[in-house]
Amino acid sequence: MKQSNWKVLLNGIIKENPVLVLVLGTCPTLALTSLAVNAVGMGVAATAVLLCSNIAISLLKNIIPDKVRIPCYIVLIAGFVTIVGFVVQAYAPSIYDALGLYLPLIVVNCIILGRAEMFANKNSVLASACDAIGMGIGFTLTLLVMGSIREILGAGTWFGWQVIPDAVTPMSIMTQPPGGFFIFGVLIAVVNVILAKKGKKRKVSGCGACPSAEHCAKASEGGC
Amino acid sequence: MDTMKNLLVILITAILTNNFILNKFLGICPFLGVSKKLDSSVGMSVAVIFVMLMSTAVTWPIQIYLLDPYNLGYLQTVIFILIIAALVQLIETILKKFIPSLHQALGVYLPLITTNCAVLGVTILNITEKYSFGEAMVNSLGAGLGFMLAMVLFSGVRSRAESESIPACFKGMPITLVAASIVAVAFMGFSGVVDGLFK
Repeated sequence: MKQSNWKVLLNGIIKENPVLVLVLGTCPTLALTSLAVNAVGMGVAATAVLLCSNIAISLLKNIIPDKVRIPCYIVLIAGFVTIVGFVVQAYAPSIYDALGLYLPLIVVNCIILGRAEMFANKNSVLASACDAIGMGIGFTLTLLVMGSIREILGAGTWFGWQVIPDAVTPMSIMTQPPGGFFIFGVLIAVVNVILAKKGKKRKVSGCGACPSAEHCAKASEGGC
Repeated sequence: MDTMKNLLVILITAILTNNFILNKFLGICPFLGVSKKLDSSVGMSVAVIFVMLMSTAVTWPIQIYLLDPYNLGYLQTVIFILIIAALVQLIETILKKFIPSLHQALGVYLPLITTNCAVLGVTILNITEKYSFGEAMVNSLGAGLGFMLAMVLFSGVRSRAESESIPACFKGMPITLVAASIVAVAFMGFSGVVDGLFK
C-alpha cells in the first residue's frame, strides 16, 4: 500500500474522525449506543455501505453528470443499504431486530453522502476505498466507545457480561435518550480539550459535507 | 368513538412520549443546526410537517397498492427516498411559481429536508407499525408537531445557554448536547401521560 493511502486511512480514524471531529452521523450515534453490541452492529453495517458506495462512486465519477450527481449517489447508496440489510437479516437476525428502523436510515447518514461528495468523486478507487475503511473504523470505534460507556454506566454490563457488581445500582438514565445526549456532549468536550492542547482548531466540515449546499442560501453565509 | 380515541392516542404518543427528536433521535442534524433562532426553528418545523404529510400521503398508497401486492417490499428504501427527494423538488417548484411568499419563508429549509432522517423515518415507521391510511397521516402530523415542539422549546434553551459563561471546551456543540439531554429528561416525564389520559 502506498504511503499516501495509508495516511488517508489513518486520517479517518483519528484526525478527521467523522463523529467526534466532523460531527456527522449524529442520529445513529445517539440512537444505537445504549448497548455496545448494537453500536458495533451499526458501525459495521454503515462501514460496509460506505465502502461499497465509495468504490462505486469513484468508479462512476466520470460517467455521472454533475447536475444529477446527488440523486445518483442516493440511489446507489439506497441500493447498497438494501443489500447490507438483507445480509444482516440473514446472518445476524438479532442485530437486525435491534437496529430496526435505523438500518434503512443509513441511506440518509450524512457520513456516507458526505464522503461521496467530499472524497470519492475526486479521488481514485483505491484511495476512496482506504478513505471508506478509515472513516468506517473511526465511526465504529466511536460508537463502540460511546456504547461501552453507556452500557457500563447504565446497565453495569459490557457486551452482556456483568462488569459492575450487583450491589451497585446502575444509572439507568445513561441507557435512555438523555444519557445519549449527555455522553456525546462530554465526549466532544474531551476532544475539544485534546485539540486545544495540540493547538489545533476543529476542522469544520460545514456546508461542504451537506448534499444540499448548492441549493441552500445559507451555505454562502457559512452555515445554518 | 373508538377510532377517534385511537387516532388521538397515536397523535399524543407521537408528539410527547415518542418524540422524534428527543426519544427516537431522528432529525438530530436540523435540531442541532437550525435551532439557534426561534424564527428559523419554526420555519424548519413547518417545512418538515408539510413534507412529512405529503410524503406519507404518497408513500403509503405506493407501499400498500404497488409494492406489497407484487412482492416488491425490498425496494422500499430506494423507492421511498426517491419519492421524498422528488416531492421536495416538486413542492419547491410549485411554491416558487404559485405562492412566492410561502416559498420565501420555507424555501431555505426545503432542500435540507431531503436528507432528513425524520421524514424517511416516519414513512417507514408508518408501514412497519401497520397503520391504516388515516392513522399514518395522524402519526406523521404528530411526529411533525413533536419535532416543532422540541425545536421551539430548545431554541429558547439554547439562546440562554449561549449567553452564559461556560468553560471553553464546552462551548458550542458540547453545551448544546448537554442542554438537549436536560430537555430530553423533561420529555421523559411524559412517558405515562398517554396511559393516564386514556385509561
